[in-house]
Amino acid sequence: MGGTLTIFFAILFAVAASVLVIGLGLKIAQYARTPAPLKIPTTPAPLTKPGVALRLAREALLFESLFKSNKLLWVMAALFHAALAVVLLRHGRYFVTEIGSVVALAQPLAQPAGLAMVAGLILLTARRLIIARVRYVTGPSDLLMLALLLGIGISGIVLKGQIHTDIVGVKAFFTGLLGFKLRPLPADPLLMLHLGLVALLMIVFPFSKLLHAPGLFFSPTRNQTDTPREHRHLCAWAAKLEEKT
Amino acid sequence: MAAPFETPVLGDVDERRIPALKPGAMAASKPYVAAAAHQEPLGFPAVLADGWEAEAVSHMGELLGKYRSLQVFMDACVKCGACTDKCHYFLGTADPKNMPVARADLFRSVYRRYFTPAGKLFPSLVGARDMTKDVLDEWYNYFHQCSQCRRCSVFCPMGIDTAEISMAARDVMDRIGQGQKYCNEIIGKVHKIGNNLGLPAPALLDTLEGLEEDILDETGVAVKLPVDVAGAEVLLVTPSADFFAEPHVLGLIGYAKVFHAAGVSWTLSTKASEAGNFGMFIGNYEQMRKISLRIREAAQELGVKRIIFGECGHAWRVAYSFLNTLAGPWDFLDSRYPVPQHILEFTSDLIRRKGIKLDKSGNDGMVLTVHDSCNVARGARMGDKPGGQFTIPREVIRASVPKLVDMHPDTICEKTFCCGGGGGLLTDELLELRVKGSAPRMEALKAVVEREGVTHMAAMCAICKAQFTKILPYFGHDREMVVSVHQLVSNAIILGDND
Repeated sequence: MGGTLTIFFAILFAVAASVLVIGLGLKIAQYARTPAPLKIPTTPAPLTKPGVALRLAREALLFESLFKSNKLLWVMAALFHAALAVVLLRHGRYFVTEIGSVVALAQPLAQPAGLAMVAGLILLTARRLIIARVRYVTGPSDLLMLALLLGIGISGIVLKGQIHTDIVGVKAFFTGLLGFKLRPLPADPLLMLHLGLVALLMIVFPFSKLLHAPGLFFSPTRNQTDTPREHRHLCAWAAKLEEKT
Repeated sequence: MAAPFETPVLGDVDERRIPALKPGAMAASKPYVAAAAHQEPLGFPAVLADGWEAEAVSHMGELLGKYRSLQVFMDACVKCGACTDKCHYFLGTADPKNMPVARADLFRSVYRRYFTPAGKLFPSLVGARDMTKDVLDEWYNYFHQCSQCRRCSVFCPMGIDTAEISMAARDVMDRIGQGQKYCNEIIGKVHKIGNNLGLPAPALLDTLEGLEEDILDETGVAVKLPVDVAGAEVLLVTPSADFFAEPHVLGLIGYAKVFHAAGVSWTLSTKASEAGNFGMFIGNYEQMRKISLRIREAAQELGVKRIIFGECGHAWRVAYSFLNTLAGPWDFLDSRYPVPQHILEFTSDLIRRKGIKLDKSGNDGMVLTVHDSCNVARGARMGDKPGGQFTIPREVIRASVPKLVDMHPDTICEKTFCCGGGGGLLTDELLELRVKGSAPRMEALKAVVEREGVTHMAAMCAICKAQFTKILPYFGHDREMVVSVHQLVSNAIILGDND
């Protein structure tokens, strides 16, 4: 029984990791390959490449545009994303034998970050259902995505604080997996739920709105310099039009 | 004609009132569909033909491969709703499909159905829809309720610009035979006659001669409005509305006086007698390029050294952001000047260098506010620093008038509202949309009129000027309340002692 389970999850995570990496890789390659024929930064925009890097960093780390847009949503989104970042970082300890200093630093934040993440998700869900405008643009997939993240977060919190699992075994399983070695996964229903949902999230990532993460960096309104008069910007398909005439 | 409608009741600008949703409120609003006579000269099919659905999907695929913006914007939306209270058409009409995310979803739903695994496998889960006539009609109506003003793109955490999606949708519709009459008819005129208004060269010459006489009568100074003068220093490209519509023409007189006072030789061109480029409105690169190349040809034929654009919003976006791409390189022009320049860059530079003198008493009794035109504000720049498009017009206005006050900070500069008539919507059958869409701007204007005694609003775009002239009376203002920026310069400039 334990053996079948271990093999099942080993295959599941191999598949999920491949789908995530390859799917995301293909999407990023598609964004990078697709030309941007015109200069369309939302102005005022930076004039230099370092300026653009700074603009993108402010968008990715501080959610600058969202802050301009909606303070309440900004608080909820920042809460969720920051907590998620800490939680992901802390989970690094299950994948490496030697715990790095950053991961160690995140350790005491484990419980509060997990709670903050779930609180952020609950607030975002409530907002989605309460504000009529947001409810109007909400589809089933938007709610399922929240449910999936909530499922992962809540099962994780319970595993950490209430119903402990054999965490040493879990670590052995994943470090083994990374070295292509099969070590037994503890047969714990709650752990299976947690891991199953995580694998599902990894599989869904490249096919869902989670693409907003790489998408932001490829958004021409944010990643272009404002230099159309100084430098002629010409993409390959537009250059072909010039050959014709 | 459009059915009667109620002018929106304006609220308090400080309250930032967001209307409750009224689904379907603007479902019937749509511009006239282009006839064969408007479609065919642009190389578009005359009418929807059998198999248009597949044609639409195939063209959508082509655009997704050619425009990174479109591809990324289709994938990156998380439906966070940050944009839902930002569009002037939503704020004015309460129709939920005028919320930027909902408008984009009209296009995104079809993208998902044909181009994503999730939409192919689980259409109802991710809101994917087949390309049907109902969907097309919805596209037609609601993608002609977007003025491509980019206000949503300022606020979107992913930088999604609905203008890009509207342009793509309009391009797809043109290519399957359901174009918009207003834009396509005008583009036809540009190609055939040289400008959007269809003003032929003899009529243009006649008009300009009349203006020269008017200026001479009024000032006693022989200010010229030269046309097709080979060897002039500057080619001025300006929206054709500047040749006769008010207050546009008063701005044109202002440019002429500035050139005269600065002693810079300049010329208009009958070939490039239009700054506007409606190719952008219909999202068609080839049209936009063809229209831009007229300017290159005119500049080469006349042998000018510089190109300067008159006051026009969308025109300035195409000129500033795209002209180098579409019709460059400009290596045959004087490299000491940016190509192209905005007339406000030219005038503000003269003011700074004291190359012209202004007397504010020429505008005595006027209290000004300024409407930042959307495409100048968010799609272009003036000067050499980010945000010059906000400071330069204000510098010029301040130098010309006794008092300038700004409207509510959420309604100016990068957060400015569209006038309600931009992006190819300045047509009479869309009057209800235009009046309702102007409500957020009118709300901010009302506040400065009541609190600061503002008497006039300066605009720097031909569409804004025409739109405000039309809709101001709906809100109890005089139509002449809107003025050109260079009209103020014209009233203040000191001519004559130009030595």
